[in-house]
Amino acid sequence: MSTQHTLEIKGLTVSVETEDGPKEILRGVDLTVKSGETHAIMGPNGSGKSTLAYSVAGHPKYTVTGGTVTLDGEDVLAMSVDERARAGLFLAMQYPVEVPGVTVSNFLRTAKTAVDGEAPKLRTWVKDVKTAMGNLKMDPAFAERSVNEGFSGGEKKRHEILQMELLQPKIAILDETDSGLDVDALKIVSEGVNRAKDASGLGVLLITHYTRILRYIKPDFVHVFVDGKIVEEGGPELADRLEDEGYDRYATTVPAAQA
Amino acid sequence: MPVADTLVDTDASVTDASPTTHVDPQTAAAASAAGFVPQQSRAERAASFDVAAFPLPSGREEEWRFTPVKKLAALLAEGATGHLDWTTSLPEGVTTSTISAAEAQGLGILPPQDRAAVLAAASADGAVLVDVPAEAELTEPVRIRLDGAGADPVHAHVVVRAGRFAKAVVVVEHAGSARVSELLSVVTGDGSDITVVSVQRWSDDTLHLAQHDALVGRDARFTHVSVTLGGAVVRVNANVRYAGPGADATLLGVYFADAGQHLEHRSFVDHNAPHCKSRVTYKGALQGETARTVWVGDVLIRAEAEGTDTYELNRNLVLTDGARADSVPNLEIETGEIEGAGHASATGRFDDLQLFYLQARGIPEDEAKRLVVRGFFVDVIREIPLADLRDEITAAIEEELATTDYAAPTQQTPSQHASKEN
Repeated sequence: MSTQHTLEIKGLTVSVETEDGPKEILRGVDLTVKSGETHAIMGPNGSGKSTLAYSVAGHPKYTVTGGTVTLDGEDVLAMSVDERARAGLFLAMQYPVEVPGVTVSNFLRTAKTAVDGEAPKLRTWVKDVKTAMGNLKMDPAFAERSVNEGFSGGEKKRHEILQMELLQPKIAILDETDSGLDVDALKIVSEGVNRAKDASGLGVLLITHYTRILRYIKPDFVHVFVDGKIVEEGGPELADRLEDEGYDRYATTVPAAQA
Repeated sequence: MPVADTLVDTDASVTDASPTTHVDPQTAAAASAAGFVPQQSRAERAASFDVAAFPLPSGREEEWRFTPVKKLAALLAEGATGHLDWTTSLPEGVTTSTISAAEAQGLGILPPQDRAAVLAAASADGAVLVDVPAEAELTEPVRIRLDGAGADPVHAHVVVRAGRFAKAVVVVEHAGSARVSELLSVVTGDGSDITVVSVQRWSDDTLHLAQHDALVGRDARFTHVSVTLGGAVVRVNANVRYAGPGADATLLGVYFADAGQHLEHRSFVDHNAPHCKSRVTYKGALQGETARTVWVGDVLIRAEAEGTDTYELNRNLVLTDGARADSVPNLEIETGEIEGAGHASATGRFDDLQLFYLQARGIPEDEAKRLVVRGFFVDVIREIPLADLRDEITAAIEEELATTDYAAPTQQTPSQHASKEN
């Protein structure tokens, strides 16, 4: 568990297709996340935070136009979406997707088998799932429901963290996992993240719009993301400053970047 | 205990001498006058044991407009001489016998509703009657396996009669190579609970036209499941009428069309009695150039059918380019005094987001697609009352998927490749 893993993002530029042609969203992102570290990425809406998350996970909508992403030196950008996950990357999504007719238990077992390269031992697996669901205060009945179908916002987010705890990735990207959660759900979800950090030395890239979640998941580094790149970096104290001042003081960088 | 026997249809003469006809003269006249007068209601559609009530279709008629009738000439002409090989497995108490066409009609079976069905009733040498006695509660299914036996066209008529309070599952499995028009007539007793599962796993050259009818008894439950995977042209029409109030009918379908296949399902629930319920759910997948499916779901709530509760749904999953799914729900309501009536229809491709989500959890693309398709069909397949048949059908669908070369624009390529395509 003490093995050190490193996700290294260098000079990453990403665009999406729009009606007016390709639009550049990420404008050169440099970021390194190591095992045991928690990095918070904070920024205003539309700054490209989620694009960074989806690009690293390999969403087909985003086209990487430059830069590199490596995990322990391996070229992540050359991997398919599922290969990235099997290599040890995990993306907790802001809007988890419904998959009708596929039960949570079947989904979790299939994913675990894919990630580990072999089926988990039935007895311990059932126990692990039950314990993990209990920790996240999820009703055991969830196991037999279709993936995310009819889940409330909070249930979906807990389900994401459940997957993260069971799949035991090396590096997890949490894309606005806190949005739409009440304070009780936020605490439960945060405890899950902290459990995973303690258990496996998970490296975390926490993308958020608000500082609230940082009361429960302590960041080692805070990066301010504006207009497709990191404009300021610091320790936890930077989050406190953002809490007080908001993103207004970065507004002037927007026209500069567009020029 | 399994019983094997062979039914040979050799007599091609028209044996229908019954004066019974369920069609009013005006409709018959309109239908025979080239059929170009559009019907205002499904109730006006011809339904008769008289072959003359159904002229040779041109393909422009409402009931044939999606069907490749040119390929079906052998089944739409009189004089079929072929047969199917029968293998039956009958639980204790269930009997089969051969009855005449007149005797079949005497049981109150619904009349044929197209030319293929009327020929099946008229040209089959009588009908095979499967009798489930009253109050029988079968723990094992009745199994009838029909195998193609030669190239000659076949007309076949099977009647299932279930007595009052009987509880039974009847599985009809079709396999091999054949050209067959089939009429399956079910008459269920009051308070019975009867499920008919018809599985079409024909070889690729088979032509199969079928009308499966049920006259559902008072307070009875009836379920019909169509599973259509094989055949060149397969058309299964499932029709329900009610013999009394309080009955509940469920029509289900699962189909998977590959390149060159035309798989068509039509259903007609004739709500002619008060306080009855119906649920119609058909789900299909398509893959390959020229793969074609059709679903037409008619529901008629007649003025006397107060308290009706009905819903029909069709979903199609198009896995590759070049396939076509038609989906036509028709709902006619002649009374406002109903519990509920609705329909839904949707045809779409793989949901890219679903695949991304599953792959982002490490599940490889082909397995993710299998999961999505399996999930797509699961709510229909779990209604099939036999575990071994469920597993067999699930396996057959996954076998079809294994051969899929996905052309739909959902394939996962590394981002750098995607940029080259743009």
